[in-house]
Amino acid sequence: MSMGLTIIITGALVAASCGFLGCFLILRRMAMLGDAISHAVLPGIVIAFLMSGSRDSLPMLLGAAALGLLCTFFIQSLRSQGVQSDAAISVTFTALFAIGVILVSLYTRQVDLDLDCVLYGEIAYVPWDTLYLFGNNIGPKAIWGVGTAFILSFLVVGLFFKEFKIVSFDPQMAAALGIPVLLIHYLLMGLVSITTVASFESVGAILVVAMLTVPSATAYLLTDRLETMLAISVGVGILSSLFGYWLSLIFNASIAGSMTVAAGIFFILAFLFSPLHGVVTRWLIRRKMRAATDQP
Amino acid sequence: MQTSNRPVSVRDLSVAYHRKPVLRDVQFDAPEGKLIGIVGPNGAGKSTLIKAIMNLLPLTGGEVQIYGKPYKEQRALVGYVPQRESVDWDFPTSALDVVLMGRYGKLGWFRKPKAADREYAMDCLDKVGMADFAKRQISQLSGGQQQRVFLARSLAQDARIYFMDEPFVGVDAATEKAIIRILNELKTQKKTVLVVHHDLQTVREYFDWLLMLNMRQIAFGPTSEVFTTDNLQKTYGGRLTVLPDLPEPVAETR
Repeated sequence: MSMGLTIIITGALVAASCGFLGCFLILRRMAMLGDAISHAVLPGIVIAFLMSGSRDSLPMLLGAAALGLLCTFFIQSLRSQGVQSDAAISVTFTALFAIGVILVSLYTRQVDLDLDCVLYGEIAYVPWDTLYLFGNNIGPKAIWGVGTAFILSFLVVGLFFKEFKIVSFDPQMAAALGIPVLLIHYLLMGLVSITTVASFESVGAILVVAMLTVPSATAYLLTDRLETMLAISVGVGILSSLFGYWLSLIFNASIAGSMTVAAGIFFILAFLFSPLHGVVTRWLIRRKMRAATDQP
Repeated sequence: MQTSNRPVSVRDLSVAYHRKPVLRDVQFDAPEGKLIGIVGPNGAGKSTLIKAIMNLLPLTGGEVQIYGKPYKEQRALVGYVPQRESVDWDFPTSALDVVLMGRYGKLGWFRKPKAADREYAMDCLDKVGMADFAKRQISQLSGGQQQRVFLARSLAQDARIYFMDEPFVGVDAATEKAIIRILNELKTQKKTVLVVHHDLQTVREYFDWLLMLNMRQIAFGPTSEVFTTDNLQKTYGGRLTVLPDLPEPVAETR
């Protein structure tokens, strides 16, 4: 596989899996919870790294997923005890993130875990970090990691689609019907944690947040059906990866950054020209209607 | 009559938020096949009561039985119309899809709604006069139409007992008529309906029985017996004079 193709596929998988789960975050007005989880997993990564002593993806994935769930649990508990929702989110994730920063700085001499790399990722190195199975090179680690996270999310959401849908739309009704609302909530947060961590190495903690929200916010503007919204979100993610890689070649700039900028450009286009909700579209329709009524 | 024949049986129910009691001493046996209104001033705990009965809120004390068994075992018998403002109507979904959610409880895990469920949901939409809007995105419906979609969703639950939280608030005349028609239809099918209601003027016209509530139970019984000046005074207290939208409490003297 060529280097460029590997990077594009990795980026596309990251954007697609984040965009897929991001739809539910946006619809439940929990976009910032994705932000919180993506930061709060840092101590989990460091602890898993210190305990296992290796940079194998699996222990890190488990450590991070555990911290992600812990973060959601803390937020949920604070909220139910009367702390305001946004305050609960920011208190929890900044505290956990800070613990992670301290851990990294404490052990930074013993371990080769670069904070910059955790924060910003480096997708350009993805092609060289390959995985071996029975001595055979089976391709870049990142593709396997993010690919697994994507398939897992796809399977889980596919199996529980109607539960995810009703819990997002009307949690009270869901509870009245006997659907375990809290379990579905933690299931979603668990998937977000796993996907975030799997995406870490390639795009970093900060850009993961963009991938969780921007493609799904774009899709939200373009359709009135949940199923279509999920598909568009994944599509926009993939296009962002392609277009972003091309941008990064032109400007010789950060690949992950360019991919996020590309996603941002798609969002602005949808915001202005969406046939359903676009600002310019609505303005044009209004102008046309006014012109029609002005004519005698 | 045996208690197990009672659709809803509430004993000594009390609910508290953060140690502050919001409901206490609620005790009644709802008779089958009646339209039962729940009235009381704002903050009287009307919504809290139906949420507590439906296990959506923890009880501080007391017991609730649905046809003689705990709610958890009888979920399939209960239909629910939440307050319209409780959900985000910008959610990307159609009217038919929302009604279809009423079938989810019957479907169970891993099962997708089938063609039969769709037809059932479509019939329910038709009953509330919304068949033409099945494909419409829900944010493009008027408030009254949204309320009718919620009503259709509860019909799709195919229940024996219905709890409706302020279905008449902020709806147009057509919707009000549709709701009344459905309520009476449910009554002829021997179904029991409990409705949180605000408008005292229509109480006599709409409801056979009445539960009057103000953080505790004031009265429960046939509307003709309990809808009295005395009980209204106890329920609304001095507030009745300050609330401008309420009619004269003396319905009897008319």
